[in-house]
Amino acid sequence: MATVLLSGCGKQSILSFKSPQTHQITLLWWWMLAAASIVFLGAVVMLTVAWFRRGTRGLPFLGERETLTEGLVVLFGMGIPVVALVALFGVANLYVIKNSEAPDPRTTALTVVVTGRQWWWEVSYPGTRAVTANEIHIPVRTRVDVIALTADVIHSFWVPQLARKIDMVPGRRNRILLYASRPGIYRGQCAEFCGLQHANMALEVVAEPASAFRSWLSRMAAPAASTASASTGKSLFMSLQCASCHQIRGTAAQATVGPDLTHLMSRRTLAGNTIPNTPADLAAWIHNPQAIKPGALMPDLGLSSTQVSELVSYLETLR
Amino acid sequence: MATLITPSAERHVELLEQVWAERQGVLGWLTTTDHKRIGILYFFTSLAFFAAGGVEALLIRTQLVGPNGHVLSPAAFDEMFTMHGITMIFLFVIPMTTGAFGNYLIPLMIGARDMAFPRMNAVSYWIFLGSGIFMYIGLVTGHAPNSGWFDYVPLASKQFDPGNNIDFYGYGLIFNGISSTAAAINFIVTIFKLRAPGMSLNRMPLFCYAFLAVSFSLVFALPALSMACVFLELDRQLGFHFYDVSNGGDPLLWQNLFWIFGHPEVYIIILPAFGIATSIIPTFVRRKMVAFPLVALAEIMVAFLGFGVWVHHMFAVGLATITTIYFAAASLIIVIPSAIQLFAWIATILTGTPIFKTPLLFIIGFILFFMIGGLSGVTVAAIPFDQQVEDSYYIVAHFHFVIFGAAVFPILGGMYYWFPKVTGRMYHEGVGKVSFYLTFTGTLVTFFPMHILGILGMPRRVYTYPAHMGWTFLNLLESIGSYVLASGLILIVVNLAVSLFRGPLAGNDPFEGDTLEWSTTSPPPPYNYPLIPTVSSPYAMWDKEDRELDNRRLARGEGLLARGHETPASTVQDAEWDEILHMPPHSAWPPVVGLTLTGMFLMLLLHHYEIAAGFLVAGGLALLAWHNKEYAG
Repeated sequence: MATVLLSGCGKQSILSFKSPQTHQITLLWWWMLAAASIVFLGAVVMLTVAWFRRGTRGLPFLGERETLTEGLVVLFGMGIPVVALVALFGVANLYVIKNSEAPDPRTTALTVVVTGRQWWWEVSYPGTRAVTANEIHIPVRTRVDVIALTADVIHSFWVPQLARKIDMVPGRRNRILLYASRPGIYRGQCAEFCGLQHANMALEVVAEPASAFRSWLSRMAAPAASTASASTGKSLFMSLQCASCHQIRGTAAQATVGPDLTHLMSRRTLAGNTIPNTPADLAAWIHNPQAIKPGALMPDLGLSSTQVSELVSYLETLR
Repeated sequence: MATLITPSAERHVELLEQVWAERQGVLGWLTTTDHKRIGILYFFTSLAFFAAGGVEALLIRTQLVGPNGHVLSPAAFDEMFTMHGITMIFLFVIPMTTGAFGNYLIPLMIGARDMAFPRMNAVSYWIFLGSGIFMYIGLVTGHAPNSGWFDYVPLASKQFDPGNNIDFYGYGLIFNGISSTAAAINFIVTIFKLRAPGMSLNRMPLFCYAFLAVSFSLVFALPALSMACVFLELDRQLGFHFYDVSNGGDPLLWQNLFWIFGHPEVYIIILPAFGIATSIIPTFVRRKMVAFPLVALAEIMVAFLGFGVWVHHMFAVGLATITTIYFAAASLIIVIPSAIQLFAWIATILTGTPIFKTPLLFIIGFILFFMIGGLSGVTVAAIPFDQQVEDSYYIVAHFHFVIFGAAVFPILGGMYYWFPKVTGRMYHEGVGKVSFYLTFTGTLVTFFPMHILGILGMPRRVYTYPAHMGWTFLNLLESIGSYVLASGLILIVVNLAVSLFRGPLAGNDPFEGDTLEWSTTSPPPPYNYPLIPTVSSPYAMWDKEDRELDNRRLARGEGLLARGHETPASTVQDAEWDEILHMPPHSAWPPVVGLTLTGMFLMLLLHHYEIAAGFLVAGGLALLAWHNKEYAG
């Protein structure tokens, strides 16, 4: 347990901060923990003294001087807390907060719109046609303005290593700063209870060098490559209910209920970071989504295994 | 009374016995207006709900014992954590503290013979029982509320939750709120007007201060919740748009209203615990409380300041920074009255002669847990840190240390402390201590690792979690802790249940307690005190001259008030003799009112509005009939 804490490992641990903002918050936490431990141990010492003196008549000096004892109560209950709380208030709520507030749009180099949906994340990049799901790519060491919206109920966008959380509330256009000091993949998860599959509503932030990010973004903005070889799967996709929920840009499938599948195979995971994106997992997901994510809005279509494998071989072309 | 020796005193007591004779059997319990019997009804009912809430908690912990658990379906899990929250707050802690402890003890502590409005007291109980059954009908029929006890819209709107799960919540809490409001008003009037002559406000036990503060909080906090629920049901049933953003409503309206109630609610839960602690500590350290006036003021201050902090539940919703800073400052200010009480308790223990019997052990546990919960509470007043750990397990840890560790431990200690008074028998001290160590260890092992899980990024209210997150071991530990905790709680119940039949007789005052209730017999007679006691300090039982004076007055037959169900009323501040009140006897109407209201809410839920109106009219007629046969004597 201690090693887990000290090494700060763990995919969503706030202790393995990767941005100046989360670094400061974590420092704040360690200082608060230290101060709280001192206060708590002080109380434990006093109660321990009482325990060892049990059955004997009070503390010699203190017990007889009511005003002195009351003075100590005021000192410990009012004097010391006032000093400590004013200090905490200043550091946390006037200083550290500057880094976790919504960023000034003039200081950010990129804007990403993240929309919470039951139970996945839609990610789009204003000014481009790029739309993806459950995977936010950002250039490393760049101030990114995240606009957090919701399409249905309240969700909360939380990538603990990179930023504080922000709720996605209907009718509100909340913003936070996303910044990664180092390249890497950072897991995040919905933090506001949003219904049956709240537990399986995760995402990843991929922080990569600017050049890699630019080429990724232009790939995402492009429509799907047309490939004739998978035409059976494609026509199945268009004729079954798939196309009534999903969009594949460059084809007839233009619905926006479920995730955009234009570049499905470029993503690392499926179903809100619930399963890895392998052909086998994809097939299992299409075959019976309700077995993997009970309550998910993608229905079990009762497809035969041939239909599933044809669909998978079509989807595999969406790179 | 053990000191009842003179034949004339015995004759006087016989007279009172005749005047206050109670109906026996089931009918007696159904129609009772005796605050002690109502307190006992509240006790067993809320204990049953505590058991239900506990089973729900154990199911949650069993589901989370390892990654990808399959004990509960996602839908069942949501219902479990929602019902766990609703049950523990509305059906256990509030009725247990105000309903059971307050009802039984407040009139005894202030030397009164009953609550100010005995029939309203009875109707509070029957409405509470009805509302509890109402909400559990939802669970039994598979439609339990499932959007959390905080019930955020739009998840709780008709669009996203079309069944009647949420209606059990909305109507249930409006229903339940009637009971708590009536009880709170009853406490305020009782504490202000029924104190024994001589018990001026500065001579009132701290327990009563705590309950006075709680009652005012309830009266002012509950309307916000009730209105929020009325708006919710108007939205859901009749298509109103209070919370519907596409028609000009605002989901944050719900959050504001809910937490305007919800934060004072935290102090409503914890203040009775403070009151119990300030009763137990002086008795077991043989010393008056240090800084009595400061503690009394602090209790009131906590309740008052509790109304100005609600937005600290909403630091992550994207409000303006300046708004959040104001509420963070207000939240930090509450630390001061809390710290004053805390150090007053510690100083009293330190400078007294502590005897660590079971009740005091639970208070020691309470002090330690209250410090953990309070200190973690301070950390979340640091807005940026709160924005990290909000809605993570860190918060679950924080509020369970406050509302389980700090609010429930004094309840458990209080159950031991007043058991001899209520039953006339002693509990088993050895088993009592074992039960304390079990519950203490269980609480620590269940809830402490949750801080770490929150820091490691585990969100709340997830029905499962993946194996690769590094959360598995701590979750296992917590689940083991929850079973230890449950075994400790069961041991308390077993200890008390066996002692009820086998325990040695306790006598009037087994602990040499400090407040008036220890002067009467155990259990107290229906009229509480044969004569209205003399009071000249908050530690009335330690004023030996007063008690001897009372015995002499009883022998002379002074201050008996035996011409009917009589109790004195006194002036609000100085408690000077004001007038003699005639208290109503038993009545069948309170349970009838409870029944009609239950019927009304069930019919509202089922959309039979005309039948609901019929029940409402029936309830109104029952209230009219209520006033007949006011005097028994």
